[in-house]
Amino acid sequence: MAYDNFNILKSTAVPLPIENVDTDQLIPARFLKATERVGFGDNLFRDWRYNADNTPKQDFILNNPVYSGKILVGGKNFGSGSSREHAAWAVYDYGFRCVVSSFFADIFRNNCLNIGVLPVQVSPEFLEKIFTAVFADPRAELEVNLPEQTITLLSTGEQESFEISPYKKGNMTNGFDDIDYLQNIKTEIQEFALHLPL
Amino acid sequence: MSKTLFDKVWDTHVVKKIEGGPDVLFIDRHLIHEVTSPVAFLGLKTRGIKVLYPERTFATADHNTPTINQHLPVADPLSAKQLKALETNSNEYGISYWGLGHQKNGIVHVVGPEYGITQPGATIVCGDSHTSTHGAFGAIAFGIGTSEVEMVLSTQCIMQPKAKSMRINVIGKLGLGVTPKDVALYIISKLTTSGATGYFVEYAGEVFENMSMEGRMTVCNLSIEMGARGGMIAPDETTFNYVKGREFSPKGEAWDKAMAYWLTLKTDADATFDKELTFDGSTIEPMITYGTNPGMGMGISNHIPDAEDVEGGVTTYEKSLKYMGFSEGDSIVGKPVDFVFVGSCTNGRIEDFRAFASLVKGRKKADNVTAWLVPGSHIVEAQIKEEGLLDIFIEAGFTLRQPGCSACLAMNDDKIPAGKYAVSTSNRNFEGRQGPGARTMLASPLVAAAAAVTGVVTDPRTLIHELELV
Ligand code: SF4
Repeated sequence: MAYDNFNILKSTAVPLPIENVDTDQLIPARFLKATERVGFGDNLFRDWRYNADNTPKQDFILNNPVYSGKILVGGKNFGSGSSREHAAWAVYDYGFRCVVSSFFADIFRNNCLNIGVLPVQVSPEFLEKIFTAVFADPRAELEVNLPEQTITLLSTGEQESFEISPYKKGNMTNGFDDIDYLQNIKTEIQEFALHLPL
Repeated sequence: MSKTLFDKVWDTHVVKKIEGGPDVLFIDRHLIHEVTSPVAFLGLKTRGIKVLYPERTFATADHNTPTINQHLPVADPLSAKQLKALETNSNEYGISYWGLGHQKNGIVHVVGPEYGITQPGATIVCGDSHTSTHGAFGAIAFGIGTSEVEMVLSTQCIMQPKAKSMRINVIGKLGLGVTPKDVALYIISKLTTSGATGYFVEYAGEVFENMSMEGRMTVCNLSIEMGARGGMIAPDETTFNYVKGREFSPKGEAWDKAMAYWLTLKTDADATFDKELTFDGSTIEPMITYGTNPGMGMGISNHIPDAEDVEGGVTTYEKSLKYMGFSEGDSIVGKPVDFVFVGSCTNGRIEDFRAFASLVKGRKKADNVTAWLVPGSHIVEAQIKEEGLLDIFIEAGFTLRQPGCSACLAMNDDKIPAGKYAVSTSNRNFEGRQGPGARTMLASPLVAAAAAVTGVVTDPRTLIHELELV
């Protein structure tokens, strides 16, 4: 069991309507020096969140107490760039369990699924609706229902369904990870390795 | 059934298919470095499991290492601790370890091919997104996260769905001063940074067939910058000649057996791709980026586009130009340059330094420019000296640093100061990538050389009379 399991999440959301949010913004390279998985949440969006003298930047959304919640809503192509899982750790450790966007970068999506953050891809129109609703009322709640694969804007009842592979869904709802699975088929892997061309 | 090159290599490595889920993919070679591996080793310890095939994993220190005075202890305590962890973990689990000061040390994607670890038809992963570099050999190579590093260490497998396939053809001949880096930046500018997300790309056509191994590595390296899982090029004579005789390359009978497999690694004539694109290489100019993602690139003689003419949100675009201190309609030629960085796994190989040398030879470094020339490995460093390039550099007022990732990600002290402009041969111009507030323009070694000697962004073709491109 690698992380808390995920079923239905009802929460307010933090809106970040910027496209191509890259992994260097999620966690700048200079914070990758840890040898343990600690402290990454504090440095999520470090350079957007803090000035050089470590005072908070007032205009950045995470520093606005009006917005909070376990759901981060980002613009198109969220998580592009580096393979650093630290970016997903930072999102999780800050307290988000779900990221919503109209498009995710591949490796980031994969990393999220491996550590218990649910990436929910919605249509550009639905994403706009979420932004509008949350900016109009920061208390507007979203419900992400993993078993049903739906996301609902509770204030209006508007809903969309999202994709996730049945295997990954099983992992997330149970809090399992791939290593648990792979450990169980080790003999099969070793047998396979005997017949490789190289 | 007809197959693509990607299908052939992928299918050969599928241990098991999971209904409604990913494939279990066997990994031939695993490269690790100090930054993305410690938590994976910690995971092994917590679960009490061993490394299944230690001989398939290779460790090098590169991301976090200083590029001067490498013989001295690493000053930054956090970096030192991380480097030490790589050494301890490698030793404990019986993994080849090429740490700082080791003759084989260098950037992971530079040393892999140099020592013949990278081979056609192999599956190769590393906790670094530019692992796509190794696809130049007709390997399936891509970056993975730390959880996956732990999977590979413990079971030599990862679990991923098979990507969709895309072929990008570049036909025709490249013009004067147009390098593999320009070809890649051109493709990314056409596709945008998310245009190939979900795809594995095969590069084909005359331009790649005529390209050197190092050039192919530069192109495949940048595949990730258009969102692709990876990129690959079918192995040919150029590939086999490069691989032959290297330390970890197959020898004797094993070589013949390998060749028999490698010769099958071509896309079948009637195989189809989910997406196919063709570009004319003769229309490509030397490229440069003006924004904060690698898709924001253009031919160097162009002007910065207006927000309406680019894809994506206007707000994001304006934020990006504001960060760079540029305006719509500006000409990029003539923009001031404070720093020049030549290096990284994108352009830190000998051909890159030869190209750089060809232009700075007989000229002088501009006084306003600080230049960091960082070889990708000790082999590259030695070649620079042997070929007399170092003399050219010194004569022109440059110095050479020691191998490592350096200002590519600025984890060590090689940081571009806030607000300063850098022409960089690396791969990412994200906000703060080269240091908080740093403003990066990505370009080829030739464009970097032109900037280094003139002190402003300069079209290298104006300086080339008789260019000996290698
Ligand atoms: S040079 Fe840059 S891209 Fe290449 S391995 Fe190092 S940090 Fe990654």
